[in-house]
Amino acid sequence: MSARMLASTGRRAAGAAAAGSGARAVLHIDWTSCDGRGLCTELLPELLQRDDWGYPLALGYGSDVPVPAQLLTAATDAVSLCPRQALALFREP
Amino acid sequence: MTTASSAAAQAISAPAFSARRSRAAEHVPAPLGTARLTRAPGPDLARHLTEFGVLPSAPVSGTLLETVRAAGLEGRGGAGFPAWRKLAAVSTGSANGRFGSRRPVVIGNAAEGEPLSVKDATLLGTAPHLVIDGLLTVAAAVNAAEVYLYAPAALLPIVAYALAERTDADGVAVRACAESFISGEASAVVNALAGRPALPADRSIRLTTSGLGRRPTLLHNIETLAHIALIVRFGADWFRALGTETDPGTRLVTMSRGLWAGGVSAGVSAGATGSMPAVAPGAAPAGATATVLEVIGGSRIDELLRFGGIDPAAVQAVLVGGYHGAWLPASALHTGLDRVSLAPFGVGPGAGILLALETGRCPLTLAASIADYLAGQSARQCGPCVNGLPAMAAVLSRLAAGERHPGLPGEVARLAALVTGRGSCHHPDGTARFVLSTLTVFAADVDAHLHGTCAKVHA
Repeated sequence: MSARMLASTGRRAAGAAAAGSGARAVLHIDWTSCDGRGLCTELLPELLQRDDWGYPLALGYGSDVPVPAQLLTAATDAVSLCPRQALALFREP
Repeated sequence: MTTASSAAAQAISAPAFSARRSRAAEHVPAPLGTARLTRAPGPDLARHLTEFGVLPSAPVSGTLLETVRAAGLEGRGGAGFPAWRKLAAVSTGSANGRFGSRRPVVIGNAAEGEPLSVKDATLLGTAPHLVIDGLLTVAAAVNAAEVYLYAPAALLPIVAYALAERTDADGVAVRACAESFISGEASAVVNALAGRPALPADRSIRLTTSGLGRRPTLLHNIETLAHIALIVRFGADWFRALGTETDPGTRLVTMSRGLWAGGVSAGVSAGATGSMPAVAPGAAPAGATATVLEVIGGSRIDELLRFGGIDPAAVQAVLVGGYHGAWLPASALHTGLDRVSLAPFGVGPGAGILLALETGRCPLTLAASIADYLAGQSARQCGPCVNGLPAMAAVLSRLAAGERHPGLPGEVARLAALVTGRGSCHHPDGTARFVLSTLTVFAADVDAHLHGTCAKVHA
């Protein structure tokens, strides 16, 4: 997998967890790295809008955005292609 | 001070604790009454030992965890999480071998960037040995490799003096803290101790898993540590003898009034506290006066105001929790200063900050100044915070200044919702909480401003 897999804390470490085994994929936004280039919002228009200043905005969510299974590929692309490497994908049970 | 790691390791593995066990704390009776942290009449070691007895040998990690858990001690730094949880996270990781051979780092956090809070400075100035006792207890329990006390530069002489009075504290490395609003945020503390700018970091991994030097890092507010120092002496039941079921024990409170818009960034000031009631009057440039009190958990806020010399009848609202907190209107001042009682207001006791807003002064003017100050305290790392906080403060300022556009309150609320949860630390969340609470609690004042009928004093 090309996506950066983070064993996030508080949530079960996820690297090895298989998709579709009840695990929930979550897209994490590192705001300290993000500078609002907007690529992720183009790859994931169903998930992310742009706020007043161009930063990704997921309605109802902050830094950790649940990713539906059908958007997993696009989310993986967004992680790989983010020019600021500000995104990470992990799974939580 | 020698290098932190080697000195700390040496001190902690040395049998300093067990050597003193013969003079156990049982010889000193457990303190009665509300004066616990504020009990000793002076900061020196002799008086500390007279009041509290010697520090018992440190319990092993699991025992300390269970004792602190039984005591129900909540962290006193602001977030209010149960103190045992961090201990558990470090202990669990060590037991799992998850951290390999990495021994933890323990940090006593005395960075108090909130302008309305002086309780940690007061505690460190008047009872440094309780703080050091707690720090050494936790460090020994988790077999820490490094121990830090992170404190304001102005207090370092008193800390250095206290450390030099003891024979068991060679391993404590003292570091001057940054002096910004967010300086006490845990990841900002870790960054500062690592020699980086004292700014929050993106948190995808908990500090208790990997923090300073990638070691599991346990960071406690110094008041939390001081309570631990007493809990290991006198027990969980003693701790719970005061307070409520959900907010046991005592807590330090900084109470202030008379803060005017122009004095927001200066906050309040206070001198040293003495005996109970620990009253520390001081004067900020804007004339705000602060009092530090040790109070029983769950005490009614109106009673605390009276205790601190403030007439609740002359108060239109109280800001609970500081600049990241929420307002309680005059009609709700009978509420207890505990997490459960305060939950309906969207705030907790936090670091024990109470700001009384006197009747007749415009709350919107003060709130706009606070929002403006908070916008300026952004670490300028996260886009929604960098952009959203100044925008939100600007709209609130227009409302406070008397602009009568009916869309202003809605725009403030929209921006507050937009920044919430979208930063690496909770600065945008806390700022939004404060601003939304202002709009809600002072809805009548908002209305008066929109109709040009606010008759309160604007300053």
